[in-house]
Amino acid sequence: MGAKYVLQASQFQFLFDALTARGYQVIGPKLQDGAIVYDALSSVQDLPAGWTDQQEAGTYRLENRSDSAFFGYTVGPYSWKKFLHLPARKLKRGKSAEGEFHFVSENEEIPKLAFVGVRACELHAMTIQDKIFMGGIYRDSSYAERRENIFVIAVNCGKAGGTCFCVSMKTGPKASGGYDWVLTEVIEKDRHYFVVESGTGAGKEILAGEEILKELDCPLAAEAEIALSERIVEETACQMGRRLKTEGIKDLLYKNLEHPHWDEVANRCLTCGNCTMVCPTCFCASIAEITDLTGEKVERVQKWDSCFTEDFSYIHGGSIRKTAKSRYRQWMTHKLAYWIDQFGTSGCVGCGRCITWCPAGIDITEEAKGFYGDS
Amino acid sequence: MRKNKKPKLAVWKFTSCDGCQLSLLDCEDELLALSDKVEIANFLEASRAVLKGPYDLSLVEGSITTPQDAERIHQVRRVSKLLITIGACAASGGIQALRNFKEVKQFISIVYAKPEYIETLNKSTPISDHVPVDFELRGCPVNKYQLLEIIAAFLNRRKPVISARSVCMDCKLKGTVCVMVADRIPCLGPVTHAGCCALCPSIHRGCYGCFGPKETPNTASLSRTWEKLGADQDDLVRVFRSFNSGAEPFRRESEIHEIKKD
Ligand code: SF4
Ligand code: SF4
Ligand code: SF4
Ligand code: SF4
Repeated sequence: MGAKYVLQASQFQFLFDALTARGYQVIGPKLQDGAIVYDALSSVQDLPAGWTDQQEAGTYRLENRSDSAFFGYTVGPYSWKKFLHLPARKLKRGKSAEGEFHFVSENEEIPKLAFVGVRACELHAMTIQDKIFMGGIYRDSSYAERRENIFVIAVNCGKAGGTCFCVSMKTGPKASGGYDWVLTEVIEKDRHYFVVESGTGAGKEILAGEEILKELDCPLAAEAEIALSERIVEETACQMGRRLKTEGIKDLLYKNLEHPHWDEVANRCLTCGNCTMVCPTCFCASIAEITDLTGEKVERVQKWDSCFTEDFSYIHGGSIRKTAKSRYRQWMTHKLAYWIDQFGTSGCVGCGRCITWCPAGIDITEEAKGFYGDS
Repeated sequence: MRKNKKPKLAVWKFTSCDGCQLSLLDCEDELLALSDKVEIANFLEASRAVLKGPYDLSLVEGSITTPQDAERIHQVRRVSKLLITIGACAASGGIQALRNFKEVKQFISIVYAKPEYIETLNKSTPISDHVPVDFELRGCPVNKYQLLEIIAAFLNRRKPVISARSVCMDCKLKGTVCVMVADRIPCLGPVTHAGCCALCPSIHRGCYGCFGPKETPNTASLSRTWEKLGADQDDLVRVFRSFNSGAEPFRRESEIHEIKKD
């Protein structure tokens, strides 16, 4: 554990300036079309200070807070995934010559991004995606390069949302690693400050983090300030809107692949794919090669895809997951069961996005209960 | 592709508003490249010159609403190696399929001064009800990039890269905030075929279902979501009865709510 410092809320802009001076583009939460999404921020003014969100299955509402907290809400529809594993990108370009296509890789510009306001569950999701894209022999170089060029400023949650269940998944609400800095926002009667701790993140960025702290001339946090900041996070842990029993869940699902509860979910599931798109760990994409009218040029493009589409399981002769039942079962058993066999952890970090942003309000924690009882 | 001989393209119109053909004309920049690769043998909206068939690729716009249409579509099929329909009319009967829910004679007597001159069928039906169709391009109107994509795919003998997934997927790819979850605006996106790049939600409106049903549309579940947002049975009848009321899943859902209403 690094030393803890105090950064006054009024100094917050200096942090943005220090990041910008080091060539980072600051990305963070911002109001957009009735939700809080991650986007480029030009100053602290862009942060949704004084706003909070109410989340339930299939609903999301913004509300005013009684204070001016910068981070007084939980996660919005889009995770940081969209900056690392891009929703759509060109992989290669080809030209035909003598009846063959010759491909060259697209040159990608890799931006230097500073993520401000990454939550504990999201840090875990990033670690999970790191394993997928960089952990094995098949390395996704675009993801890897993007990942190496981000500066992560995490925020310990001061409030849990109605669909949060990080405590069940042991991923939050306190950031446990994978950041360059972590902030806890503290609002007292007449004080507004952050308790800042630098770096358990990887590599050279820790140094930059310490350098910035020196520049800002932040004092070491007093014991009382540290205690208060810790209490805030402990209280958040008691506010979880949802709970998921994870004990033995893998075997439970494996044993119940033909349980009637799948039909019950299928009745409600729209196979719209929203849950997979918003999930910070879902990583599926499909690749297509598209020729132009002349047939001389071709582009190879990659796009987010989902196990909820019929095309996604198309193999020779047809789709193997034609029904909502088979698609929902695929998704849920992957998240909660065979992800564990595949990658060594659960595929769910308990962020609650799939619950909030499902138009039918299907709730993974409720569905899991459908299998306990008569296993 | 055959050497030296360009494939012949024909565009046919049945009962429709011509909007889909306009999408083709709207491909200004690409039309030159297109005419370089295909012989536009029949496209009355663009040129009066008509070349004799058979045609390698026929694009068919419109639905079948008259006895003449029902005859002519067979002739078109006979002279076409590949027949691709364009638009909601051709795929599901179009807005004119609203007649299918009523007695057409009543409309005629209201609309026309001399109903005896009008010869029309009781129902507006999709092309695939009459002849085999090789591919249905959806949309009211079709998306011009998808139109170019089917032609490019045909010319290069590959599968078109066009997905039957939901509009929601495009919302999420674009980064639009869901209007139904965040703003309680009823939206047809979860049961609607993608293709418009999720246009309406990106300007803060619900999807109207221009592209018709997606693969495996769960209209019953979406209706329950709409009801929670305050839609009544009348709203549900109407919403499933627009440009694609003739598409089976939408027709069935609208009829369920018509029964519930009474
Ligand atoms: S799931 Fe936990 S870490 Fe994630 S936003 Fe909610 S409280 Fe914070
Ligand atoms: S669980 Fe919900 S979000 Fe996911 S596909 Fe089904 S209806 Fe859509
Ligand atoms: S499955 Fe749902 S709750 Fe779990 S990480 Fe994905 S979106 Fe979050
Ligand atoms: S706005 Fe409509 S189309 Fe977009 S995600 Fe929401 S329900 Fe789907």
